[in-house]
Amino acid sequence: MITARYHREIPQRYRLEAGKCKKCGFIAFPLRLVCPKCKTKDFETLRLSDEGKILTFTIVRVASDKFSKQTPFAVGIVELKDGVKLTTQIADVDVDKLEIGQKVKIVFRKIQEDGKAGILCYGYKAVLV
Amino acid sequence: MRDVVVIGAGMTKFGELWDKSIKDIFVEASLKAIEDSGVDHLDSIYVGAMSSGLFVGQEHLGAILADYLGMNPVPATRVESACASGGAAFRQAYLEVASGASEIVLAGGVEKMNDGADVTEVLATAADQEYEVYQGITFPGLYAMIAKAHMHQYGTTREQLAAVAVKNHRNGSKNKNAQFGFEVTAEQVMKSTMVSDPLRLLDCSPVTDGGAAVIVASMDVAKKLNKNLVRVIASAQASDTIALHSRESLTTLNSVVKSAEKAYRMAGIKPMDLNLCEVHDCFTIAEIVVSEDLGFFEKGKGGEAVLNGLTSIESGKIPINTSGGLKSKGHPVGATGIAQIIELYEQLNGKAGSRQVKNARIGMAQNMGGSGASSVIHILEVK
Repeated sequence: MITARYHREIPQRYRLEAGKCKKCGFIAFPLRLVCPKCKTKDFETLRLSDEGKILTFTIVRVASDKFSKQTPFAVGIVELKDGVKLTTQIADVDVDKLEIGQKVKIVFRKIQEDGKAGILCYGYKAVLV
Repeated sequence: MRDVVVIGAGMTKFGELWDKSIKDIFVEASLKAIEDSGVDHLDSIYVGAMSSGLFVGQEHLGAILADYLGMNPVPATRVESACASGGAAFRQAYLEVASGASEIVLAGGVEKMNDGADVTEVLATAADQEYEVYQGITFPGLYAMIAKAHMHQYGTTREQLAAVAVKNHRNGSKNKNAQFGFEVTAEQVMKSTMVSDPLRLLDCSPVTDGGAAVIVASMDVAKKLNKNLVRVIASAQASDTIALHSRESLTTLNSVVKSAEKAYRMAGIKPMDLNLCEVHDCFTIAEIVVSEDLGFFEKGKGGEAVLNGLTSIESGKIPINTSGGLKSKGHPVGATGIAQIIELYEQLNGKAGSRQVKNARIGMAQNMGGSGASSVIHILEVK
């Protein structure tokens, strides 16, 4: 991953920063320039809740080359308490015991390595609570 | 807008075409379509291709394919909407003829997926790179999450998913161009290698090389050439959030609902007026969800319908994926949307051989990009 591309994403990935539309309250994660609901261009920064629940998930057993050494790993769509949904790995779990509806907490983890000499890329994963 | 007619079609065999390049594949399909139509020139060319840059390192496909087809200086443009690229290319050709700007346009699609790229990574570029793919999700993974949610919400079963593959392979076994033109049993599907729970290998469309092309023309041209009038009576497209997680529902594809509403309105028909439908069954769950979102079955009943045979060729209800679908025929991503049109063209001309739907008069093709961020629908009718 290009370093600049990774650095741009740090507020979202490290601090779960989203944009809240000042007019209609829509929460955009990641940040956007235009509100998809009311087309307003005025957002304030909001730090998302780190608590949520699993809406759906899968266990990736065949991955792209970059993630092939991690298989099997769980990826789910998690709905946070403020209603925002995100796609995240679900870590530290027996993948065969996952269920829809389980409560999770968002934690800070290493996500991927960009080659041998590349940057280490961090971000969020979910763990069961 | 003028009437637009499909007057010719051609495709390559779908499969692992190791001895053919992307140019060979496109030219072979296009020459067949041109010959089938009987036209002596083209006014322009549109080519659907999802990711020739990453698959084979070749962009600027429009010009290079026009060159190898011997058609310089005809204008030629590549159209991209992920796996809906073929459908989108057909739509551009349709619009160009309908507007009166051109008389005869070639709409093609091509993909060369077997030349060594990491196919899983390339296909994943149709999802959100930073907020989906970054986490390691794959395309089977995204559809697996839809499947899991659908099973949880509506009680869709593993057997119902398998029934899609069984039906489509049965249809594909009657299609000489199919990559996997053999039958499979439900047991084989349910015992195949797990790819991304709950989707197994035989729930997934294969990695395919292939090309497909059709010639679209004005009614005047079609009548002069004394063609059967297979008319395009609807062309509609819609988009949705690229990220699956941003949608209100994980079990309804809003782009399909919206493009279908527009298409039915434009054609002046209802879902049950269709005699057959080619849908984007990149994974078995996709066919079930799309068959509901197109209005063939009540939401949540799509799995039950396929298991009960309501979508088979013989059913008389709504035959789905008579060609074998992406599942059995193969899924060269950019060519798929055009290959769907070709199946309608053959069915409506009564030339589908042993998989012919009796008295087929109106057919629909639904082509999808990503996890449903794009949907392109065309409805064709023969007079």
